[in-house]
Amino acid sequence: MINVRVPAQLRTLTGGVGEIPIEGSTVGEVLKGLDAAHSGFAERIFDDGGGLRRFVNVFLDEEDVRFLEGLDTPVTDGQTLSIVPAVAGG
Amino acid sequence: MDFVSGLRCRECGRTYPAEALHVCDFCFGPLEVTYDYERVAATISRERIAAGPRTIWRYADLLPVRDAAPVDLGAGFTPLVRADRLAAELGLGELWIKDDTANPTGSFKDRVVSVALTKARQLGFKVAACASTGNLANSVAAHAARAGMDSVVLIPHDLERAKVTMTSVYGGRVFAVEGSYDDVNRLCAELTSEQPEWAFVNVNVRTYYAEGSKTLAFEVAEQLGWQAPDHVVVPIGSGSQLTKVAKGFAELYEVGLLDDEPAVRVSGAQAQGCSPVATAFAEGTDAIRPVKPDTIAKSLAIGNPADGWYALDAIRSSGGSCASVTDDEVLDGIGLLARTEGIFAETAGGVTIATLAKLAAQGVVRSDERVVAMVTGHGLKTVEALTDVVGPTATIAPTLDSFAEAMAAEAATTPRSPR
Repeated sequence: MINVRVPAQLRTLTGGVGEIPIEGSTVGEVLKGLDAAHSGFAERIFDDGGGLRRFVNVFLDEEDVRFLEGLDTPVTDGQTLSIVPAVAGG
Repeated sequence: MDFVSGLRCRECGRTYPAEALHVCDFCFGPLEVTYDYERVAATISRERIAAGPRTIWRYADLLPVRDAAPVDLGAGFTPLVRADRLAAELGLGELWIKDDTANPTGSFKDRVVSVALTKARQLGFKVAACASTGNLANSVAAHAARAGMDSVVLIPHDLERAKVTMTSVYGGRVFAVEGSYDDVNRLCAELTSEQPEWAFVNVNVRTYYAEGSKTLAFEVAEQLGWQAPDHVVVPIGSGSQLTKVAKGFAELYEVGLLDDEPAVRVSGAQAQGCSPVATAFAEGTDAIRPVKPDTIAKSLAIGNPADGWYALDAIRSSGGSCASVTDDEVLDGIGLLARTEGIFAETAGGVTIATLAKLAAQGVVRSDERVVAMVTGHGLKTVEALTDVVGPTATIAPTLDSFAEAMAAEAATTPRSPR
């Protein structure tokens, strides 16, 4: 199981729950599994081309998946996937 | 009474009330404050501004919060300095330095923090927090102390010593995070979901915070006698400041404070070791690829700049440019500004001056333009960067002989231009 952390903005889709265990072998599969478990995630996270929306960051154990293999990044049991809105300060 | 009409998603256009919101619930796009410009125009005037305080609050009609006693250390209305000696070195004509080193905690961040915490207090927040590359940390800690708020500041563990001290001295909590700024930023974005009662100025109050940067444009125009410059050079970290400077000039015209529609070319400055926006500009793409920063310009070391898209758009649509400079060029830039104009800037200011020099050499910044360069932080914050670059001319014994000997040795090795 992968532990998916859901930001406050998307907890309306999970009944207020912030951490959801989901099965999957890649980042993309886990995110699709999340949408299957709690409908509404896909349209919020993915753009029209099926990629991540540009203001959606996804981190696998603290590493931005854009530095890994994106949605194709393999995941293993016990890892944590965090969905985080993109904001940056300075 | 402020003139805010609400918040609007920059990506999908959905609208929201002016509350403690920062990203669109639907697409995660950043929210931006919208104003009723007709009502602003009916109220605002050059005279009304001139009669206001010599701080950012003289422009309260175009800020997202109004308060009889804002959270204020006196940010803004910093000098706009005519820089003829630097202009001559760079082959430019009319050049001005916006010297934002003169802010209360030594950087432009005092502008955004004063706005953010004034709004945060109105929204009922008791704790001021932020993710910071240093300058913001200094400013949040200081303004929170001023306002009697608790503060929680998160910074990368390897920041310049002065920036850590200048944050810790105010008595708030400071967490040095073992990671890069992007790690700190991600942690804070996650923390806002767990600590919704904390005002992370650049996360959940970001919508209001960012508006404070418009005052750079307001001041430049007012200080030029209510005229816009032809070209501004702005450093890029997150991209927010550049975007808001462009918005600021447009708003002044919108509400009738500028007679002519401004055509300000906006150019961006980055350090080569963290140049995702300059790279996208050079490649002509919209795709900003995140990078792992490696530069002495730590205040600009944001590898995944959330407002990078909008900065790129502001640069392109204004006919500006974007370039990056090496760490050695950054140090040269700091030295050049200090030597020619007597202004000591931090590394980010070195990035701006070195990029200005580069764009001037390329003919992108032209000698027939009225140019303003934004120098946004004080050199005392980053003295480490210059440790091996500048120092005493000589160390001598307290005797006339020793002094004469050192003077002779120095004259023999260092050619000097006439004074």
